[in-house]
Amino acid sequence: MALATTDDWGPNQQRPIRSLLSGDLRLNVDPVLLLTILAISGMGFVVLYSAVGESGSLLLRQAVRCAAGLCAFLVMAQIPPRYLRVWSPWLFCGVFGLLLLVMIDGEVGKGAQRWLSLGIVSFQPSELMKLAVPLMVAWFMHDRPLPPTLSQLSVLLMIVLVPAMLIARQPDLGTALLVVAAGGLTILLTGISKRMIGGVTLAGLICAPIAWQFMLDYQRARVLTFLNPESDPLGAGYNIIQSKIAIGSGGVFGKGWLNGTQAHLEFLPERSTDFIFAVMAEEFGLMGVLLLLAGYLVLVGRGLYIAIDAQDTFTRLLAGSLSLTFFVYVFVNAGMVSGLLPIVGVPLPLVSAGGTSMVTLMAGFGMLAAISGHRKLLAQ
Amino acid sequence: MREQQLFQSRVIACAIAVLLLTGALVGRLVQLQVVDTRHFAELSEGNRIRTAPLSPTRGLIFDRNGLLVAENVPTWQLVAVPEEIDDLDGVLNELQQLDLLAGADREELMRLVRSRHGFERVTLGNLSESQAARFAVRRHRFPGIDIQEGLVRYYPFGNAVAHAVGYVGSISTDDLETIDRGEYAATSQIGKTGIERRYESILHGAVGYRQQEVNAQGRVLLDPVAAEAGDSQRGLLMRWPTPGKHLILSFDMRLQLAGARAMQTLRGAAVAIDPRNGDLLALVSTPAFDPNRFAAGLSRDDFVALSTDPDNPLFNRALAGRYPPGSTIKPMLGLAALHHESVIPHEDHYCGGHFSLPGSTHRYRDWRPEGHGPMNLHSAIVESCDVYFYQLAVELGIDNLGMSLKAFGFGSETGLDISGEVAGLVPSREWKRQRFSNPSDQVWFPGETVIAGIGQGYTQVTPLQLAHAAAALAARGKRFRPRLLVATEDAVGGGYEQIEPVELAAVPVDDESHWQIVQDAMIGVTNEPRGSGRTAMLGTPYTVAGKTGTAQVFSVGQDEEYDEETVDERLRDHGLYLAFAPAEAPEIAVAVVVENGGGGARSAAPVARAILDAWFETENDGAGYD
Repeated sequence: MALATTDDWGPNQQRPIRSLLSGDLRLNVDPVLLLTILAISGMGFVVLYSAVGESGSLLLRQAVRCAAGLCAFLVMAQIPPRYLRVWSPWLFCGVFGLLLLVMIDGEVGKGAQRWLSLGIVSFQPSELMKLAVPLMVAWFMHDRPLPPTLSQLSVLLMIVLVPAMLIARQPDLGTALLVVAAGGLTILLTGISKRMIGGVTLAGLICAPIAWQFMLDYQRARVLTFLNPESDPLGAGYNIIQSKIAIGSGGVFGKGWLNGTQAHLEFLPERSTDFIFAVMAEEFGLMGVLLLLAGYLVLVGRGLYIAIDAQDTFTRLLAGSLSLTFFVYVFVNAGMVSGLLPIVGVPLPLVSAGGTSMVTLMAGFGMLAAISGHRKLLAQ
Repeated sequence: MREQQLFQSRVIACAIAVLLLTGALVGRLVQLQVVDTRHFAELSEGNRIRTAPLSPTRGLIFDRNGLLVAENVPTWQLVAVPEEIDDLDGVLNELQQLDLLAGADREELMRLVRSRHGFERVTLGNLSESQAARFAVRRHRFPGIDIQEGLVRYYPFGNAVAHAVGYVGSISTDDLETIDRGEYAATSQIGKTGIERRYESILHGAVGYRQQEVNAQGRVLLDPVAAEAGDSQRGLLMRWPTPGKHLILSFDMRLQLAGARAMQTLRGAAVAIDPRNGDLLALVSTPAFDPNRFAAGLSRDDFVALSTDPDNPLFNRALAGRYPPGSTIKPMLGLAALHHESVIPHEDHYCGGHFSLPGSTHRYRDWRPEGHGPMNLHSAIVESCDVYFYQLAVELGIDNLGMSLKAFGFGSETGLDISGEVAGLVPSREWKRQRFSNPSDQVWFPGETVIAGIGQGYTQVTPLQLAHAAAALAARGKRFRPRLLVATEDAVGGGYEQIEPVELAAVPVDDESHWQIVQDAMIGVTNEPRGSGRTAMLGTPYTVAGKTGTAQVFSVGQDEEYDEETVDERLRDHGLYLAFAPAEAPEIAVAVVVENGGGGARSAAPVARAILDAWFETENDGAGYD
């Protein structure tokens, strides 16, 4: 299968979806996005192999997840954004319904009600919310003049906060915060005035003590440990201390592949999932992680470029928020592992093992590719 | 376009933020990896210290006299370290072939191992001495599987305390949902029912940690726990676990055993309460099961066998069994009738063996076909005359009748400090309206009031509620919330905390002398020649006030005779008995329900006698048992 670039479409100006239906199998992919994603995933495999103790079967499982993610990317990239716009409210309502369903009748996984079982596969509706919320926000504003009025803003805040609160009650604080970030960034991009930004931030600060009341004990413990990890070196602070040692001891050039003592002697917790960044920093040093961060910046930059170039409010908002949210994942994970942020269960995008997030992440990039391809078609 | 410009300016602002944050991240990495790298390299070089959790010792449980009813005994445990296992399925298969997993639920084990991570060790099960030996010689074949010494819960009295104390079992994936995983990092068992579950947080204690020194291959070189006194511990940090607190329960093992023995072959429940403070002195439900089987790890097949047993040994009849109270509620109704002035205590009513509502030919029969003759309130309770109470119920009316039963605690949970209690049912017009959808069923029939007078019909009570009501009768209306936990004691240091009894709303009476009338009648039940509960209490050196009861399981037709011989065993009447003693200054109130035992005087009263005797420590000379 040849991966055709968008430039290959030539003058016939067929919409990608129609070309698929007519048997003309030319795929719409954004080569910059796809190649960078493949490069980062490739780095991820190398690090993961070391992190899982050179186990082939675990690596194979990750390869299957990557393939699923790639499928999601390719499928989403063929869907014209206007279809996406029409589906957005339905998707949002559907996912919201699933979320309610999980609350009533969720399968229990990892100590929280968040999984929904569909025969062989079970998945987390909260994960889909990361896409559904920005889609819904973008849809709501697509035929309204920017910036939103105060009453429109309050509707937007409801769209973001109600699902987030449901997810926080599951309890899954990490995902809830990411949903808030995804929705909040979309709202930010609608161009609300600085006064409104200030007002919402102030309201958030006032609400923080109330949120504290609703937090579970382990969630509070995480925040407290973040503020002072050395206070509990035997308990919860252990993870942060060990991860800082791993990163710091890696130095500029690292200890070399498969030679990370922190990872291999099992001092590092969750080393194949949330803390894989530390494994990379230990074995490949500052150079390795800078390369990885550069890859992430290319993705974010390409996404923002697509957003600026997009033709209507819906695609603009969507592309902008998808790119910025992706950066938030990267920053939160790297920040937590290096001790800048509290420990929130957020995997390192495209690198950490497991996670339903791989599919939603790749579906998001697929949307970006679709927006970029669609713009090219219009431009011709 | 203005909108596009606005959007672009926002994107640019965000891009700047992205760059700044990335800069901060890079700055942090530079600080860790360039500026402080030597410091961290040293730490990493010297990082031969691993942290392992230490499990707290579960608190012990004692009866009121300090007798141990739940303790911890050493055992071998098979544990898995999920991180070190590649092929979980294969490993479990091999273990099963060696007969080391007994009949454990494979799927649950898989889920459990997968749901734990990092350093958490998962207990797969307990091993016998020979199983441990069998594994030990093959240990090299099982990376990630190990045996360790551990403590397992042991209940010296087994079946006798099953329904009062409850049991512990392996932590399941469901349990993981509700617990702080850090706190249970080294714990393998958790309270599943009864006291063990209700006071889990007190019994469990707090987890500890120790640092172990390991070599480059991860083998433990120095462990402060194992280190001999005086051995250098090279600054290894250690936090001892805080053991769970001991619980002192209100029940008395002598009564518990006496009740369990007396009910050994019976199905039913017996509950004894101290009317002065609500302390549960005995809580027996039979048939029971051996809680030690759960603590040692019950195989799936065994669990299925237990839970599908037709006698339902896992069911706590004392708390959750719903029974018609039968005649045991007559003293309460007598009191209510006095309170509402529905009866004149010394006025005689003639009992001719049956009762009919005015304008109806339907005959409500007395248990004695030939009738009791002239009856007043006292003799009607003593002889348990049904006709008198049919009349009384009609005079009282269903609303007053229900209200007075609720005042004794029927129809709602008593608030005992273990879960699983049911509310039972005190019917009313309102209840019937809501319960039934068919309008013709929603009407309250006068006949339903009649049979409510002898505790038949819709009324349902639990043995615990009966005992609670008996205690209220004994204490002249004073009510305490029934409780099992009376004190907690620190495992070290001996800190002791007494828990105060909680008083509930008293049963309202206008005239204190009403209590005397009712209590005298209950004394008559066991002491007067015609008393229905006399035989079982013959020769007690203490005075017993009691009341018998017989509850119909199915209704006998208008013209049929109830013949115990011909009726299927499961359809025979339930026998009930409630009592308190000594009648002049009550220390103990008892309620007994024997399923399908026939009349209460014959089946339930001897159980009550055994428990009362145990309390007053008199040798039973066999009087009253024929």
